[in-house]
Amino acid sequence: MTMSDRFTSLDQLPLGTPAIVRRVGSARPIARRLMELGLVPGTRVTVTRIAPLGDPLELRVRNYALSIRRSEALSIEVDETHA
Amino acid sequence: MTPGVAGQPTLEGPRAGVAAAPPVVLVAGNPNSGKSTLFNALSGARARVSNYPGTTVSRMSAHARLGAESVVELVDLPGTYSLSARSQDEQVAVDAVLGLASEKPEVVVVVADATALGRSLYFASEIIETGVPVVVALSMMDEAEAQGLAVDIPRLRQALGVEVVPVVARRGTGLADLRTALANAIERPGTVPGPAPLSPAVEAAAAELSGILAPAWPALTPEGRRAFALWLLLSLDDDAHSGGVRGIPPAIAREVARIRREAAAAGRDLDHDIIAGRYARIDAIVEHAVAPGPAERRGWTQRIDAVLTHRIAGVAVFVTVMLGLFQALFSWSEPAIGFIETGIGAAQDLVRSAMPPGPLRDLLVEGVIAGVGNVIVFVPQIAMLFLFIGVMEDLGYLARVAFVIDRVMGRVGLHGKSFVPMLSGFSCAIPAIMATRTLDNRTDRMLTMMVLPLMSCSARLPIYLLVIATVFSAAPPVLGVLSAAAVALFAMYFLSVAAALGAAAVLRRTVLRGPRPTLMLELPPYRLPVPRVLLRNTWQQVRSFLVDAGTIILALTIVMWALLSYPRADGAGQLSDMPPAEAMAAAPVAVAGELEAREQGAQLRHSVAGRFGRLLEPVLEPLGFDWRIGVGIFGAFAAREVFVSTMGMVFDLGDADESSEPLRDALRAATRRDGSPLMTPLTGIALMVFFVLACQCMSTLAVVRRETGSWGWPAFMFTYQTLLAYVAALVVYQGGRALGWS
Repeated sequence: MTMSDRFTSLDQLPLGTPAIVRRVGSARPIARRLMELGLVPGTRVTVTRIAPLGDPLELRVRNYALSIRRSEALSIEVDETHA
Repeated sequence: MTPGVAGQPTLEGPRAGVAAAPPVVLVAGNPNSGKSTLFNALSGARARVSNYPGTTVSRMSAHARLGAESVVELVDLPGTYSLSARSQDEQVAVDAVLGLASEKPEVVVVVADATALGRSLYFASEIIETGVPVVVALSMMDEAEAQGLAVDIPRLRQALGVEVVPVVARRGTGLADLRTALANAIERPGTVPGPAPLSPAVEAAAAELSGILAPAWPALTPEGRRAFALWLLLSLDDDAHSGGVRGIPPAIAREVARIRREAAAAGRDLDHDIIAGRYARIDAIVEHAVAPGPAERRGWTQRIDAVLTHRIAGVAVFVTVMLGLFQALFSWSEPAIGFIETGIGAAQDLVRSAMPPGPLRDLLVEGVIAGVGNVIVFVPQIAMLFLFIGVMEDLGYLARVAFVIDRVMGRVGLHGKSFVPMLSGFSCAIPAIMATRTLDNRTDRMLTMMVLPLMSCSARLPIYLLVIATVFSAAPPVLGVLSAAAVALFAMYFLSVAAALGAAAVLRRTVLRGPRPTLMLELPPYRLPVPRVLLRNTWQQVRSFLVDAGTIILALTIVMWALLSYPRADGAGQLSDMPPAEAMAAAPVAVAGELEAREQGAQLRHSVAGRFGRLLEPVLEPLGFDWRIGVGIFGAFAAREVFVSTMGMVFDLGDADESSEPLRDALRAATRRDGSPLMTPLTGIALMVFFVLACQCMSTLAVVRRETGSWGWPAFMFTYQTLLAYVAALVVYQGGRALGWS
């Protein structure tokens, strides 16, 4: 991968690939909550696990594990970074 | 429709303190931060539980000794991730911290998880911003060290401007230092740091709003006012009416909306600026004070999760644990329930033999003692469920349960955390409704509570067994192999789950409409539970049930007894008016017992309940039921299984249970007025369908009243379930008849 700023939505981020939050584009109450939980733009995030039935996702953010549904991850834009 | 949220403003100036009251120390922190353990360690054994005024959020407080002569009132705030969002817990937290609904706290202990320092300090910084004296208790220090994180306490203290005390609450480490720090903060106030400024746009908006707030809340300090302004800017929704936020005058809400609009027009996203601004400052502090470990290590938690959330192993463990929960609720609580029932029976016999017969004795035996029994009989299951949930929660597994099953629950608008309460509903709705307390979001919680009584609880089983044995015992096997009885029983459980999930989907789109349901769930590290905290929490649940719901159940039992016993039928004249009991000949009861049973039956027919059954007959006829079943349904409101014994009384059989052959025979022999048999397979199915769906349980309604703080929700629950049950039984019976079944 040559470009470090290839951006995608968090639900499309490959498992274990570190990324940086670019924008939280959810509806206001959801975006507010996600940001308060630490997913502000500029934060490092990794998708560490997918639930057995395919949803929700487990994220690693600010040294803790946060689970959100794909429907929320969809509206979080991230930039992939090199590990 | 939000009964339960008090409408009156609570955001008034702080009241003058009562002279002798000890200073209030709040204990705040994120969920899973070790807050409960710390509260428990600081407060010792005694804690009082009440509710925050105007809410259903329980408030735990205790007197704690800081030094030789200094005693404080320690108040445990609900665990939240932020002050500024919209849940009831967070409103309670912000009211308490700013001293809006009660006395202003002297100092706030913020429990911050050292392993998730950024997120913990976000919450801490919100509280520090309000200008209230803060002591940060840095918990989970042992885990942080194990992860290789080195926290430089003096640097953290200096950067935050407040006292920071490292603690390991479960081992008691650091508690003495924390007490000293609290005593110092109370004795020498005035060392509160001014809030670090956020972006110019945010500060301008906050300053403008502070000016507007000043006349209405003169008691707030300038810092408090700024914090309140920030809270309003972040928490109030743009549609200008204050929605779920209590006590915000519409004029203020309009000003907030205007300021937000103006900021948006200038290209500023205030939410982002406020939250990201706080995190930027925290990130700098954390970088300054914490030396990161040697990369991120795969600790125990990751290794355990590799199994417990594994595609196959995870699901297998999940199923096993849930079976264990079932086992605990059904089997392990059985001896205790039996013991209580025996004890109640013994107490009833004792009073019966000690008192002369008469209305007073009946009131004591059938009303009061039976009512007390109706309350404490739930205790084993409540204790068992909360102990089980407590262990799972403290271990960290409860969050994994939600993680594994959320996909299924999410389909109908429920939350992953709804699963355990729903599953417990198979045992009994009473503890299950109390278990919805594990859901943080009010809408998720109400939704779970409203559909949970549709899950087929164990009290319905005797009814199914009686009806199935009565109408299906001679039926040919289905598909040649399956017994008709088994298929019918399975169908009832299937119907109950389908109805609960269907009702959730409908209510989510109608009565409990709201923002799109979400899941934002912390998966905490696996930790060993602290038995003392576990037992204390379980006892609190039991206690709150006994005190709050128990009194209602006791009162309703007495009312039900009166309705089934009065007016008295005395004299043979009245007896002769009564419809004859058809099946007497078939009942092999002793002669003396037979007489008593006949008297009981006559009394029941004469009572309000008996009359009500006949009054209701025109309404019940389209379902295939007659007045006798009507009396049974009426009696079943006390508890569903009472249907069986009430039917025994209606048919002059005295005490009967679901395996009573005379009762089955009596039901089989019973005829309608036109001489056609009453209990056909079709009537049986309609009756079971009715009981699957109807909210025939006064204790459920009592506990919903307790949990929601209003009669509105139980009334709604009773109405929708009864309508649903009626229509479903009607469709079954009339549809079946149209198809030529009987």
